[in-house]
This record gives sequence, C-alpha cells and structure tokens, in this order.
Amino acid sequence: MSINQPVTIAAGPITGIANMLALPFMQHALLAGTAIAVLAGLIGYFVVLRGQVFAGDMLSHVAYAGSLAALAAGIDPRLGLFAATIAVAVGIGLLGGRASADDVIIGNAMAWVLGLGVFFLTVYTTYRATGNSTANANVLFGSIFGISAATATFAALLAAALIAVLLLIARPLLFASLDPAVATARGVPVRLLGPGFLALLGATAGEASQAVGALLLVGLIAAPAAAAQRLTNQPWRALALSGALAVAALWAGLALAYAIPALPPSFTITAAAATEYALAATISHHRPSSHHSSRGQMTVEPSA
Amino acid sequence: MNPSLSWNLLEDVQVMLSYHFMLNALRASTIVAIVAGAIGYLMVLRRESFAGHTLAVIGFPGAAGASWLGLSAALGYFGFCLAGALVIAALPGGGRANSGLGGHGEESAGIGTVQALALACGFLFVSLYHGFLSGLNNLLFGTITGVTDTQVLVLLAAGLLCVLVLAALGRPLLFATIDPDVAAARGVPVRALAIGFLVLLGVAAAGTSQVTGSLLVFALLVAPAAAATRITARPAAGLALSVGLGLGITWLGETIAFFSPFPIGFWVTTFGFAAFLLASAYRTAADRFGANPASGRRHVSGSPA
Repeated sequence: MSINQPVTIAAGPITGIANMLALPFMQHALLAGTAIAVLAGLIGYFVVLRGQVFAGDMLSHVAYAGSLAALAAGIDPRLGLFAATIAVAVGIGLLGGRASADDVIIGNAMAWVLGLGVFFLTVYTTYRATGNSTANANVLFGSIFGISAATATFAALLAAALIAVLLLIARPLLFASLDPAVATARGVPVRLLGPGFLALLGATAGEASQAVGALLLVGLIAAPAAAAQRLTNQPWRALALSGALAVAALWAGLALAYAIPALPPSFTITAAAATEYALAATISHHRPSSHHSSRGQMTVEPSA
Repeated sequence: MNPSLSWNLLEDVQVMLSYHFMLNALRASTIVAIVAGAIGYLMVLRRESFAGHTLAVIGFPGAAGASWLGLSAALGYFGFCLAGALVIAALPGGGRANSGLGGHGEESAGIGTVQALALACGFLFVSLYHGFLSGLNNLLFGTITGVTDTQVLVLLAAGLLCVLVLAALGRPLLFATIDPDVAAARGVPVRALAIGFLVLLGVAAAGTSQVTGSLLVFALLVAPAAAATRITARPAAGLALSVGLGLGITWLGETIAFFSPFPIGFWVTTFGFAAFLLASAYRTAADRFGANPASGRRHVSGSPA
C-alpha cells in the first residue's frame, strides 16, 4: 500500500535491483534509513548492555505524543518529536541514576504519555482542517517510502552527527556500563554519562521513529543489538555487528516491501530484525544460564 | 453522542445509563477493572510490567488479524495474548519474576523485540484489511461504543476464570514472588507458577485491551496496583485497594468520556497516573513524618530499606 507507482516485473534479480534503486522514493528511504539504522544499531548495543530497553520503549511512546502535540499545535512534528524525547530522556536519567528508573514508574508515566498522545490526536483531528487518521498511522508506524529528499538529507546528517557523538563517548560509556564502580574510581564521569546517554537515546528515538514509526523503533534498537550480543562476546565487535545487523535488517526490509507491495516497509524491517534475533538465539542456545546479567559474563561465554 | 453535562448529576447518570452501549461499556469495564486490579497487583510485585505491556500490545495484531479474517475480535485478543504469554515464558529467562527489569538486558531486549514484532504484524493486518484505518485508533486507544452483549459475556467468563485461578494459586504465587529461592527450596513449583501467571496476565491483558485499547492497558494494569503498593504493604489490603482504585478510575473515566469529546483512553490514563502520583506523595509524606519504621509498613515494591 505504500508504493504508488506500478512495479514492473524485472527480467532478473540484477535488473530488479537496478529498477528499485532508480526510484527516487527508494533512494530517499535508503539514504535516511541506512543512516538511522546504523545509529539505532550502535546505540541499541548500549541500551541492551545497560538494561534500558524499557526506557527506550517509553521514549518511543513519548515520540508519538510529541509528534501529535506538534501536529495539534500546527508546527513541524519533528520539533515536537525531538523536544519531547530529549526532555523526557534527560528527566528519566536524572530521576533514575545509572540503572533504568523503577519499571513501575516508567510504566505509569508511559501509559499517561500515550493517553496524552490520544488527547492531542483528538485535538488534531477535531480542530485542524487537514487532520486525518493517515497522519496518525504515519506517526505510529512510520512512512519511510514517503520521505522527501530534504527530509532524508536532514535525517541522514542528524544521524551522522549523533553517531559521531556516540563514538566519541563510546569508550568511557562502555567502561561505565560494564563496571560502573571501577569506572567511577578511575575518574570516568559516570553520573554525567547516564543522562547524556539517555539524551542521545531520546534523539535516536526521534530519528528512528521517522523510519519505522514510534511504536516499532524499539524493535530496531533492541533486536539487532540482542542478536549481536548473542553472536560475539567482544564488546567492540558486538557494537559493530549490531550496527551492521540493523542496516541489514533495514535493507532486507526495504527490498522485501518493494518486492511485495502488500507488505508495509515498517513491518518488513521489524520482521527482518526479529528474525535476526531469533536466528542468533537459535545458533547460540548453549549460552550460559541467564542468571548472570549480560554485563558480567562477556568474557566467559564461548564464542558460537 | 456528546450529551452536555447538566447540574443535576443524578439525571446525568440516568441519561448515560439509558444508552445500551454505555451500559455494556460499564459492565465490561467493571469486570476488567476487577481482574486487572488483582492480576496487576501481582504483576507489580513480580516486576513484570514490561511483559504485561507487551502482552497487552500483542492483543492488537490479534484483534486486527481477526477483523481481517472476519473472526470475532474477542477470539483474536484472547488467542494472541495466550500465545504471546507462552512465547514470553519461552524466552531466555522469561519465566522468572523480575524479567524485563534493568540489569537483565537481554531478556528485556527479547520482550521488546516480541512487542515490536507484534505491533508490526498488527499494522500489516490493518494494511491488508483496507478501509480499517479508522478502526486503528479504536483498537489502539479504546472506545466506549464498541462493546457488544456477547463480548460482555465472554469477558465475564474469562474474568471469573481468572479470579478463580488466582484465588487457587494466590498463596504459593505470592510466596514464589516475594522470595523465589526459599519458595523453591520448600518445594513450591516456582517455574510452573511463573508460566501460569504469565498466562493469567495474558488473559487479563486481552480483556483489558477490549476496553482501553491495546496501548493503554497499562492504565488499569499497572496504575491502580502501583498506587496500592505505595499505600499499604499488606498483600490482602493491597489487592483490595488495587481493585477498588481500578473500579474508581474506570467508572470515572467512562463517565467523563461520555460527556466530553476526548476518548476514554485519555481520561483513564490521566486518572490512573494521578492516583499513582497521589499515592507516591502519600508514601513520601508518611515515610518522612510517619512514624515508626518498626511498624513494618515499608512498601513491598520498592527497594528493601
């Protein structure tokens, strides 16, 4: 339903791919999507390592409420998106200290944030002449095939900037995530890194929600990272693998959605990422008992 | 259907109850609030909020898929949520209490993946079933107009079953929740109880989804229970309080939703969050000015003092 142009049946797979890459909407999707996937995969590694998936889920819901608030106010949804996710991320970081805030608090706040989203949705559809439920579905589930050239360029540049920041703090962040006590003793600013990382995660949530939508971005953040941690126990290799797997999921998803127009791209991307995790979990099922958190045993696990 | 509110409250309630759909909505939400309040209380104690949220979300592809195939929505909700409970139980470490908490990164990553996949499937079904897009909001955020007589009966049956099973399992489940190691040593089947509880949670989430919509189940599952744990540490009182708060939140939410342009989901989540904030404020005040720490009133869900 997302592809408007009729798809011509290609003679062979090479011609098919060439046809696909010639379409402008596909080029925009690839440009923005690849940058976003690298970012989501890299940051996802730290999210899983630090046990903050629930917080990431919360931020994705905030992205929804923020976008709709901006739509209801009649301003650029991206403004509301980033303002809301980053503000809430910093708030969680300040409240919760290093570990994710209490899951009960996150759960309560999350429900209310979604409730607010519904409130803004009603305001938007009732009082804005252009309001329609397609905009709502796009915010929830993304519309990567509908990205304009300007939006794609902006998304790619922002993703590149965020990746640069993440790589810049990657070493102390990894140290602080693996062993906060020793990191503190060695002078790593652990208390500053926590909220800083969450702010970065908030910005990522805002970015990724443009590709796969506010509700599905937790899949793009969590699944490749969890798969990578299954496949290797070396932090840097896992980090790179996580980014690569996220990009692979995005490319596979885009190609599949192009080949079968009935499938929405958000579904194929999420399904590809989930498949990666399922495969990785199957291959490495001899992993030691999960009583140890993934933090403590990175060097103990035999490689798959 | 936006009757205006007059000054005569009694008359307003009579007007509201004269609509059959409203009667059904109140019946359904009463059943759901009782079940969600009770199961949610244990969910909060077991710290399985993330699993509960995911189970609720799994109801969405169930209902969307059922509509696409022309089956009844209730079948989709319950079928998918039960299957989802078994999938989460099968995830690495998913059958334990505490899964989905910070510190168990991979378990929560698995749950998060299941959740995203479930939502993606729901979106796929909605896309395949053209013209259903307007129903999308009702599935996700709830509506008070959609509850049929049959649905009320199904909810009643599922709710009764849930409450009976919970009553039968209550004591060992509480034991296994509060101290899994000692419970296991005493021969309590901790693992089987964990799976059983996830299934119960699935049923509760499926039922609640039909009133609040899949995304807002949390308002009834976690908010009343979390507020109750902030107010009392005794399980029996907490359970009763959780159910009572749930009932109050839903009745108030439905009534105001009936008289206002904003949907039930917004009101229920707002009242739920307000109840939680008030209870937290009460806890803070009681801890500071109250009393004697030896009286054993430290709340169950927080970190042990």
